[in-house]
Amino acid sequence: MKLLYFAWVRERIGKPEEEIDPPASVRTVGDLVAWLSGRGEEYAYAFENAAVIRAAIDRNHVRPETQIAGAREIAFFPPMTGG
Amino acid sequence: MTVRIQREDFDVGAEIAALSRGRTDIGAVATFTGICRGDDIVAMTLEHYPGMAEGEIARHVAEAEKRWPLLGVTVIHRYGRLVPGDNIVLIAAASSHREAAFAAAEFLMDYLKTQAPFWKKEERAGAQGWVEARKSDDAAAARWSTQKAAE
Repeated sequence: MKLLYFAWVRERIGKPEEEIDPPASVRTVGDLVAWLSGRGEEYAYAFENAAVIRAAIDRNHVRPETQIAGAREIAFFPPMTGG
Repeated sequence: MTVRIQREDFDVGAEIAALSRGRTDIGAVATFTGICRGDDIVAMTLEHYPGMAEGEIARHVAEAEKRWPLLGVTVIHRYGRLVPGDNIVLIAAASSHREAAFAAAEFLMDYLKTQAPFWKKEERAGAQGWVEARKSDDAAAARWSTQKAAE
């Protein structure tokens, strides 16, 4: 699946997107955040306060408990500040 | 419904004219224009999630069209680097009467602030940083769902 990062999440991880293939034990958005956090200090830094991180699956807002099975594109970003 | 995410500026007068051109059933167009404020910043850069930004705004316009008898809605949100005085966002809602036009414009703006995937980074003299989300914006959006639940 494709991961996208925006705003300071993108800056902390150091890239705007990447392809990943997480293990089957990673079932939810929250699992994915925990798994990514273990991949390196840049990920740990981006997700250090996981409670503030927002996520979208295939361009729809989702919650940490949402299952990721079948997702093509998952995005992580801070709370939105448009308008 | 017109939803545009663009780098270029927009012309508020032209957008209002485009909503009502050639029709006589529209009696009210309410617009909101968000402008880059310059009290303590040099510039701001707006980042967005292409595809999702348009989709989220369109979804809320569709919700507004269910709630109020609207005869046209235009939402334009800019991205890229903006300086104080620049337009950021336009919401224009058309209806037969003012109540629906005012309410829909306010509803759309409240949801756009908290649900549309845009992020502002501000440049101050020698420093830059991401704007933090405000609890008051969440509260402004939440009151519409409270109203809906109460209906």
